[in-house]
Amino acid sequence: MSQSEETIIKCVNVNKWYGNFHALKDVSMEVKKGEVIVIFGPSGSGKSTFIRCINRLEEHQKGDIIVDGIELSHDVRNIEKVRMETGMVFQQFNLFPHLTVMQNVTLAPIQVRKWDKAKAEEVAAQLLARVGIPEQANKFPGQLSGGQQQRVAIARALAMQPKIMLFDEPTSALDPEMIKEVLDVMVELAKSGMTMLVVTHEMGFARAVADRMFFFDKGQIVESGTPQDIFKAPKEARTKLFLSQILSH
Amino acid sequence: MTEIPSSLPPLSERPGALGWMRRNLFSTWGNSLLTLLSAAFLVWAIGGLLVWIFSAAEWRVVLVNMRLVMVGQYPVALVWRIWVAMYFLAFLIGNTVGLRMEKTTRKGLAVGLLFSPLVFALFSFSLEARLAIAGLSLIALAGWWLGSRWPQAFRRPVLIGWIIYFPVFMLLVRGVSGEGSPMEVVESNLWGGLLLTFMLTVVGIVFSFPLGVFLALGRRSQLPVVRWFSVGYIELVRGVPLITILFMAQLMLPLFLPTGLTIDRVIRAMVGITLFSAAYLAENVRGGLQAIPKGQFEAAHALGLSGFQSMLYIILPQALRLVIPILVGQFIALFKDTSLVAIVGLFDLLGIAKTVLAQPEFLGLQREVYAFISLIYWVLSYAMSYFSQRLEVALGVGER
Repeated sequence: MSQSEETIIKCVNVNKWYGNFHALKDVSMEVKKGEVIVIFGPSGSGKSTFIRCINRLEEHQKGDIIVDGIELSHDVRNIEKVRMETGMVFQQFNLFPHLTVMQNVTLAPIQVRKWDKAKAEEVAAQLLARVGIPEQANKFPGQLSGGQQQRVAIARALAMQPKIMLFDEPTSALDPEMIKEVLDVMVELAKSGMTMLVVTHEMGFARAVADRMFFFDKGQIVESGTPQDIFKAPKEARTKLFLSQILSH
Repeated sequence: MTEIPSSLPPLSERPGALGWMRRNLFSTWGNSLLTLLSAAFLVWAIGGLLVWIFSAAEWRVVLVNMRLVMVGQYPVALVWRIWVAMYFLAFLIGNTVGLRMEKTTRKGLAVGLLFSPLVFALFSFSLEARLAIAGLSLIALAGWWLGSRWPQAFRRPVLIGWIIYFPVFMLLVRGVSGEGSPMEVVESNLWGGLLLTFMLTVVGIVFSFPLGVFLALGRRSQLPVVRWFSVGYIELVRGVPLITILFMAQLMLPLFLPTGLTIDRVIRAMVGITLFSAAYLAENVRGGLQAIPKGQFEAAHALGLSGFQSMLYIILPQALRLVIPILVGQFIALFKDTSLVAIVGLFDLLGIAKTVLAQPEFLGLQREVYAFISLIYWVLSYAMSYFSQRLEVALGVGER
C-alpha cells in the first residue's frame, strides 16, 4: 500500500530439494518495503516451503536470499538477525501452551530484545488491544477459541517489532466464522504499511489488500501480477484452472 | 399412622443394607458360597494380622533400637543437629501448608498431617525423645499459623527455604571441618539408618536430574560426538544392574586409585546411584521431548530465540511436565533401590535392620524389624506419590 522503492527481500534463483524431490525450482522474487504479497497455489506447490526459507526454518540449497540487507547463509548470527526482523504466523498457531497469553507475547522481547518486563508488558497490552483481545491476557492459550489464538499469535509476532511479517496459511485451521476476525486484523496490519508475505487461499483478502500475487505450482512461480491482472486476465492456463476451482463455490 | 403397605417387595428389591447384600452377594448359590469363603479368608488374614500386631509381636526391638534405625551410629551428643534439620523441615512443611490453605481442598487432612508427630510421642521413648518429637508438631503448627496469618510476607522466604534446605541439611549432618569449628565433622561412616537412606535418595535425585536432562538433550544433539557419547553412556549403564555398579564402586575402584588416595564409601555409593539413575532419567526425559510438536520449536526459532533459550523456556518446561508421573515413579524406585547399599556393607535402613537382628537379645525378630522398615519405606514412597499428584494439579497438567 504505502510502499517505497527500497527492496527489503531479494530472492534469486532459490532452489531446494527434499532428498530427490525438487521442492523449489529457481524461485526469484523481490519485495519492496510496505508491499503486501499474496502467494497461492495447489498444495505441495512449494509456497509454504518458500516463505519458510525466508526466515530459515527451511534451508535452501542453491541461490541467494537477502533479507533487509542480510544474506542468509550458514552463519548463525545472520540467521538470528533475520529472525529478529521477521515475524511469522503459522497455520496451527503454535502458541506456547504452558505460558499465559501475556507471557507468550512478552517472552521474545524480554529474552531476545532484552527489554525490561514493564516495557514488554506495556507493548504487549497495546498489541492485544490492537488485535481485539485485551481482556484475555491472563488466560492460557487452551482457554481461547481458534480465532483468538491466531490473533494472539499475530500479537506475539508483532511484539518483536519486525519489519516483515510472514503468514503461512493463517486461516486454514479456523472455523469459517473465525476466519473473518483474523482477516480483519491482517487487513488492518496491511493498511498500516507492514511488509507482508501471505500464503493463503482467501481471495477476498488478496483482492482487498494485496499489491502483487504469485501463483506457485510444482515448485515454480507460474504467474505473478497485481490482483486485477490475476483475477481479470490470468495469462497461464494453469492459473485459470486453479482460480476457477477455488472461486467456483 | 401411616398405612402399612399390603405387600412388601421381595427382600432383594428392598432398599438398605440387607437388600444390597441380597442383590450383590447372595444372588445365587454359587455367589453365596464365594461370599462366605471370601469372608472367612478375610477374617482369617486380617484377624491374624491384627492379633500379631497387637499381642504377639515384640515391638520392643524397634522401640529400643529406634535411634539406630533413624540415624545409625551418629554420635549421640551431636544428634541435636539432626533435630535442628528436622525442625527446619517441619517449619517449611507447616508454613507451606498454611500458605496454600485457601487452595487446599482437604483442609482437615492438611492440618492433621502437622499433628502426626504427636502420635509418635505417645510411644514409650525417653521423655527427652518424646518432647523432641512433640516439638516437631509445635514448630509445624507455628509455621502453619504464621503462613496462614501473613501469606504475602512468607511466600518468598518459604520458597528460598525449600531451595536452601538440602545444602543446610548436608551442612548440619556433616558439620564444618577446620580448627575450632562450631560443628565438628561427623564422618560419613557414622551415618546410618533412615538418615543414610534419605541422604542417598536426595543426593541421587538432586544430581541425577540435571545429569539426566543433559544426557537426554545430548542424545538429540546435532553434534555426532555429543550424541554418540550420550547414547553410549545411556546404553552402557542401562545394561548393568545397579548392584554391580555399587560393587565396582566399593571393591574395584580402590584397586585403581593410587595408594593413599581414598574416596569416602558413602560418596562412592552416592556417585554410583546418581550415575545409574541418570541413564534411566535421560530416557524418560527424552520421551517427553519427543512428545513436543515440531511447531513449538519452529515458533520459538521464528521469534528469534536461540537454541538454548528455546530449550529452556519452551521445550523443557513442557516436556518435563509431561513426564512428571514417570519421573516420580523413577524417584520412588531410586529411593527403594538405595537399600542395595546394605549388600556392599553400608548401614542404611536395611543394613541397620540386619545389625539390629544380630543383637543377641533380639534374635529371631525378623518379622517385627522388617515390617517396621517396610512401613517407613511405604509411608515415604506414598508421600512422594501424593506430592507429585498435588504438583500435577498445581501445574494444571492435562488441562492446558
